[in-house]
Amino acid sequence: MNTGNLPFIDEFRNEKVVNRIASQIKEISNKKVNLMEVCGGHTMTIHKNGLSGFLPENITLLSGPGCPVCVSSTRFIDHAIAIGRLPNVILTTYGDLIRVPGSSSSLEKEQRKGVEIRIVYSVLEALEIAKASKKKKVVFLGIGFETTAPASAAAILQAVKQNVLNFYLLSAHKLMPPALETLVKEDNQIDGFIAPGHVSAITGCDIYRRLTDIYGKAVVISGFEPVDILQTILMLVKQIESKQFKVENEYTRVVRPEGNPMAQTLMKRVFTPDNAEWRGLGWVPESGLSISEEFAAFDATRNFTVSVLARELPKGCICGEILTGKKKPSECKLFAVVCTPINPEGACMVSPEGACSIFYKYRE
Amino acid sequence: MCLGVPARVIHIEGSEATVILGSVKYKASLLLLNDVNLGDYILLHAGFAIEKIDCLEAEETIRLFNEISNLEKE
Repeated sequence: MNTGNLPFIDEFRNEKVVNRIASQIKEISNKKVNLMEVCGGHTMTIHKNGLSGFLPENITLLSGPGCPVCVSSTRFIDHAIAIGRLPNVILTTYGDLIRVPGSSSSLEKEQRKGVEIRIVYSVLEALEIAKASKKKKVVFLGIGFETTAPASAAAILQAVKQNVLNFYLLSAHKLMPPALETLVKEDNQIDGFIAPGHVSAITGCDIYRRLTDIYGKAVVISGFEPVDILQTILMLVKQIESKQFKVENEYTRVVRPEGNPMAQTLMKRVFTPDNAEWRGLGWVPESGLSISEEFAAFDATRNFTVSVLARELPKGCICGEILTGKKKPSECKLFAVVCTPINPEGACMVSPEGACSIFYKYRE
Repeated sequence: MCLGVPARVIHIEGSEATVILGSVKYKASLLLLNDVNLGDYILLHAGFAIEKIDCLEAEETIRLFNEISNLEKE
């Protein structure tokens, strides 16, 4: 990533600082702790820079459910494929999703068979496609957390404003707090969270309060550079050693305590919380976002009648256990044998933010 | 898809900005962010500016790192 024009980037990548913070961590850390990095972006920084090697043996890092492509359910892929097979439909999607296996096919395979699928970088490009293809129904596959949900909301409001009536959203947008709460309820091995920086930029810091106040977990919102991660781990270890659990923010250059109110308003206007299915976690109450009644005309779920059966993960794939930090990619029998980034069996190997793909890329 | 990148605003037209990251230019929708000005650093995420980057806070964070790690003495 070329960030040559940023004035302060070198400081956040400074190896001397990394080493000094690492020795601070070693000095104060006594307990055996498991820390979960929720976001795929954090997993990437950790493995790209070999940050685990700077930590004492009593600290274990676990990858979490923060890769939007990875947590998309098989049912969602099947739903998208079923809609794509209908006449006069153009599917539009963020690129990573097209290679995720559904129960019997993937969007990429369907594209080869003639389903019209266009990859977009922004949901607004999908809206432009709808404007340029008035005779087609253009469906955007809305995946992602509190970061991309406001963008989808903005696109629907633009569609209303510009009277684009052939634009639809198939929403699989998800909310982070209910998923994290499910994780700590299920499994108490997690002592603290390296909390997602960009979700928090939208939501603000308060969404993690239940994790600290009710479940006694350490939470620090983190930036994405190596020094950010080490500093976050130091802050987490301090909380755990002193048993003083609170939501702290390391990423103050981006995350304001109140978040981004404009994005929150758009999200609340267009969506209502709903039960959602996560790969790895199953159905989690109130953890997804459905389109509210007022914008039903833009909701692909309501406007396209298709039948979708519930199916299992590919045989042998332990994506679910990887997404919940219970197992590491190397513990999967398929990993690097039959499951590779070129030929992925599970969603965690597809996305560049997926734990399996990252472990594969930076494996020794 | 979910990775945010910092970029500098070099042009604004209505609700759309042009931002530069290294030497590459991107479009950034301003539909989720108010009060964006030329020269600001923003966080670009899936085509949208989702937050401004506060350079003073960045400097403060760096100052704290240095304090913690005593680098200033070196």
